Amino acid sequence: MSVDGMLILTRSAPYGSSAARDALDVALTCSVFEQPVTLLFLDDGVFQLMKDQSPGDIAQKNLNAVQQSLPLYDIERLCVGKSSLERRGLSGDDLILPVEIVDDSSLPALLAQYRHVLSI
Amino acid sequence: MVLHTLNQAPANSACLESALKAVASDDTLLLIEDGVYWTLPAFEAQLASLRGRLLVLEADAKARGIKTEAVESVDDAGFVALCVSHDKVVSWF
Repeated sequence: MSVDGMLILTRSAPYGSSAARDALDVALTCSVFEQPVTLLFLDDGVFQLMKDQSPGDIAQKNLNAVQQSLPLYDIERLCVGKSSLERRGLSGDDLILPVEIVDDSSLPALLAQYRHVLSI
Repeated sequence: MVLHTLNQAPANSACLESALKAVASDDTLLLIEDGVYWTLPAFEAQLASLRGRLLVLEADAKARGIKTEAVESVDDAGFVALCVSHDKVVSWF
């Protein structure tokens, strides 16, 4: 059972490269074209959602601000890998938005649900 | 005396492991960019074998929402001073 839409898989920490920003831009673009979008954060990608980011001193835009606008774009399903969080000593409370925490064992089913999976 | 800089996040643990092997007791390891995530309490064990001094770049930690109370931090001017006070700089990336 494949739903119409896109799963964006992001595994990079924010600010060190443009990957995190690119993933968000793609998500917002898909949403503007009324494509259902889900974001899946794995490995260092979970750092993207950490609270209290303040990148003014490194001359970058705050990702937390864009992330908080995701619900306005109807991007409400944000999935985070449980083992990725645990390995980094983080929990849902450390994150800027409410997320769905997914077990490693449910990843194959999650990927199978979407017609498109984009890895950034 | 060598200043080592490391800019890789924890998914690239090989980078830290190699750096730690190369840091001498009178060297300094400065965590910059995505390297600042190594200062999270969850990674205390990985840093335990560090022989030299550990520092974190304040602006990069602040950007990522990482609290630096537990680790000595430096600002950009401090970074420059470290580059001058050490014989050379080795980047781990």
